[in-house]
This record gives sequence, C-alpha cells and structure tokens, in this order.
Amino acid sequence: MSTARRTGTARTIDLTLLVATIVFAVLWMIPIVWVVAMSLKPNSELMRSTTGFIPIPFTFENYVNILKLATVPLWLMHSFIVAVSMTVAVLAISSTAGYAFARLDFPFKRTLFLIMIAGLMVPEQAVFIPLFTMFADWGLHNTHAALVMPRVAVPIGVFLMTQFFRAVPRELEEAAELDHASHLKIFLKIMLPPSVPALTTLGLFTFIYAWNDFLWPLISATRADMYTVTVGLASIQGNFAFSEGLGSVMASAVFASLPIVILFLVFQRFIVAGVAMGAGK
Amino acid sequence: MSRGVTYAGRRAPGAAFLFLAPFLAVYVIFLVFPLFKGIWISLHDWELAGGYRKYIGFLNYQDLWHDKLFWRTIRNTLYFVALTVPTMTLLSLALALAVHGEGRLKAVLRSVFFMSSVFSVTVVTLIWSMVLSADKGLLMPLWNALGMTPINFLGNQTFAMPSIALATLWWGVGLPMALFLAALSQVPQELYEAAELDHTSRFNKLRRITLPSIRHTLLLVVVLQIVGQFQIFGQTHLMTRGGPANATRTIVQYIYVTGFRDWHVGYASAMAMALFALMLGFSMLQLWLGRRGEDA
Repeated sequence: MSTARRTGTARTIDLTLLVATIVFAVLWMIPIVWVVAMSLKPNSELMRSTTGFIPIPFTFENYVNILKLATVPLWLMHSFIVAVSMTVAVLAISSTAGYAFARLDFPFKRTLFLIMIAGLMVPEQAVFIPLFTMFADWGLHNTHAALVMPRVAVPIGVFLMTQFFRAVPRELEEAAELDHASHLKIFLKIMLPPSVPALTTLGLFTFIYAWNDFLWPLISATRADMYTVTVGLASIQGNFAFSEGLGSVMASAVFASLPIVILFLVFQRFIVAGVAMGAGK
Repeated sequence: MSRGVTYAGRRAPGAAFLFLAPFLAVYVIFLVFPLFKGIWISLHDWELAGGYRKYIGFLNYQDLWHDKLFWRTIRNTLYFVALTVPTMTLLSLALALAVHGEGRLKAVLRSVFFMSSVFSVTVVTLIWSMVLSADKGLLMPLWNALGMTPINFLGNQTFAMPSIALATLWWGVGLPMALFLAALSQVPQELYEAAELDHTSRFNKLRRITLPSIRHTLLLVVVLQIVGQFQIFGQTHLMTRGGPANATRTIVQYIYVTGFRDWHVGYASAMAMALFALMLGFSMLQLWLGRRGEDA
C-alpha cells in the first residue's frame, strides 16, 4: 500500500515536471513564432500593430520582395560558397594531420602536438587585426578566399580526428601493410571509411560555425555585394528604420535561417552524438 | 590531454610531413605569424588610414593603463560573464535533467532547446531587439493591460546588460545542455537502482549520484562558458552599439570600434593582447583549480 502511494506521488511529480518543461519549451519558441508571423503580415498592418501570433491579414509579399531584390539570395550564395569551402578544407586538413599524429612516427611529434594544442588557447580577437592587415597587403579583402583561408586552421578538429583515428583497430591497417599499401592508400581506404560519422559531425559544426561567423566577415567583406548573409542581416538592422520595412526585415531573417535550421533538423542526431564524442575526451 | 601521443606508430617522417604539411602551413600563416605580428603592431602608433606607423615601444600599453573607458569595458565584460555563466550553467543543467531520457516527446523538447543555438548572432539580436522593443515589443499587450508605460529595456542603463544576457542565454543554452545530456547518459544505471531499493529521495539521488558523476562536465561547461562569454561582441554591437552611455561596451567591441571605426589599430592591438593575457590567466587558473580538485 505504502509503496503504491509512493509510486503514485513520484508519478505526479514526474508529470508536473514534464508539463512545466513543455510550458517552458512553448515560451522558448514564442519569439520565433512571433517573428515568423510578422514576416507573413503586410508592412502596413505592422505599422499599426505587431501584436499577435497568427498572420491575419496574410501575405507572401515580403518574401516575394526579397527574391525580387535578389540581395538576400546573393548573400545566401556567398554564405554557401564560404561555408562549403571551409567545411571541405577543415575536413581535409584535420583528417590528414590527425592521421599523422595518430598513426605515424616522426621527429618532434610530441612537441608539434603540444604546439597544436596550445593553439586552442588563442582567441580569434588576438589575431584578427594582424590578419586584416595581411589580407589588405595581399589585396584579398572582399573575396571568398579571405573569408575562408584564416578559418581553416582548427586545432580542435585535428585533436578530434587524432583521437578518433587512434581508436580505429590496428588489425585493419596491418593487413594492408602486409600488402605494401602506401600511406595514402591506407588513409583513404582504411582510416576514412569508419570515420564517416566523426567527419560528419566535425563537418556540421564547421558548417554552422562558418555560416554564423560574424567578426571576421564584418571587417573583411565591406562591400554590400560581398556580404555573407550574417553580415548582410546586420547591415539591414543598422540601416532600415525598423518601422518602415519591418515585415521585410523579419522575412529576411527567416529566409536566411531556413538553410541552417533544415540542416539542423536533418542531421541533429550527428550533432548530439558529436557533443558526446567531444565530451568523452 | 597529458596522455599526449602514446602510441608510437610507424616510423615514416617523409609521409608524416606530407600529411601534416597542409595543417602546419595554415596554422603558421594564419595563427602563429598573426599572433606575433599582433604584438608587433601593438608596439606601434599604427593607423589604418594613410598607412602611418611609428614604433613607440610600450606607450600603447601605458595609455591603456590610464584609459578609463578600457577599465569600464573590462568591468562591463566581467559583469556580463557574471550574469551569463552561472545562469547558463544552471539552466542548461536543469534542462538536461528535464529532457534526458527515452521517448519522442523528450526528443522534440531537446530539439526545441537546442535549435536556438543554430541561429546566427544577427538573427538572435534581430529577434530579441524586437521582443524587447519599447513600442513594438512582445510585451506590449502586457504593458497595455497593466496601463503602464513600456520599459525601454535596451535604452536603459540598468536593464540593457541583463537584457543582452537574457538573449545570450536563449541563444547559447543548447551546447552546454547537450554536454550535460552526454554526461547524464554515462551515469551507471546500477547506482540509481541501488538508490531505488533504499528509497532515496529524488533530491538526494540528484545530490549524491547525479552531480558527483557529472562533475567533470560541470567544470568543462563552466570553463567553456567563461572563455566564450568573455569574447562577447555581436550581441552588444548589434543590440545597443555599446550604449546607453557605454553601459554595454565590452572589451571586444571597444577593440572593434578603436580599430575599425577610428582606425587606431596599434592601440586596438594592445587591447587585444591585454584581452588575450586576461583569458590566458583565467584558463590557467581554472586548469590549476581543476587539478587541485582532482587531487582532493
């Protein structure tokens, strides 16, 4: 009897906590729902009132305008080019270096590894001014190269790939060594296939990081036709009178976030797995 | 990390060099070299406009020492760190405990709380500037119902920084929550089952089993949060431009304005180095505290 009542109380507490969490989750989403609703209302209505979560009167006009102006799609294109290039470069550079650290022996290996790890301590703010002067000397500002290149040396990526490759069973490699396979072949045919989940996770984090990168693109891409979407949205916030094209501003934000939100929803299990992987070390 | 490189591997210096070359090249060119160039620039009166530069030794650092606004930005940054780090840690832990477990509903809840972290800083600040707006904000119906004049949160010296902290909390809670979730899934179930037999209360289970089991993650989250929040820039730059009356001017934002609005990159570099030293000091302190905690 007493046990039954105990479980009953425990269940009530569980249920209360769950309901509280759901209420909190709804509150958490309200700003997003509200912004989406505003992006679907005509600007004239928003001048009058921004209240309400249901877009009545309803219009797609704000989105149509974005596509017609073509500025936001252009920024999205720059973001895509930059994020994809950065992701590919980080994966290639981190996995090759990770293979060397995990599986090969060479002079000063320990020292090099420690120097690499020390790079984790250097915040971007300590190097962004000299980087700016370097790219200015090279005449490379307002190019995709400038947005990508300083971002591909990622010590944490090398560290994660080193840890991952160390966990790949040695037996797989030994068979290939008997066949006198080259290091490149071992790397491509034996080490990379089991690393696809790890590479996916590293790639996703790099992509999201690249997409949301702000300080460096803000100083490097100064021409409006070279903005990434993150910098472009900042310029809209600064320049538009909020009352004038409020619907368009909100629609731009929604439109710009769609790719990354879709990416997240499709790949979220890799993201959570990746955090678990990183935290385990 | 002290485990270092344990397994020796096959001796192949040539191949190793080729595999390491791409990383070493970008690492030296875009990280090591700029770091030293940054120190070099900080020793100059260096202007972006017109290419003016003159070696002045440590004069920038001396000026910095007497720059009241610089100290103000340090205080503001520390205030922001103090506002965000404890709340972020507690909220992410509470959420992780709440949404940890099996089932579709829990999975959806996890996604909800994580999703806000994939937005860019510009989208987050856009959303929250609107939410907190005095004439078009989300709280308008509430103010109207109460018959009160809306508070202009971002234009108010007292409320501006807490408002930015709130937006940051909403933005950033996903990653620490995911770290806690990963740690929670590692706690041995037997411990809970044993506690179940002893009729241990919910609170005691949390205090005696869960928290001790995830203390490493707790330390990791706090360290990552401090380092991350120290670098706050986008939120203050976009939501308040450092105002009102410098109430939200943070170190990185002061560096940005000095270097890229006023073009005094020499002085800005000196500030960047001071920030770097400050963060390095914090990291060392935490490593030391962490080690000491291990020994105890």
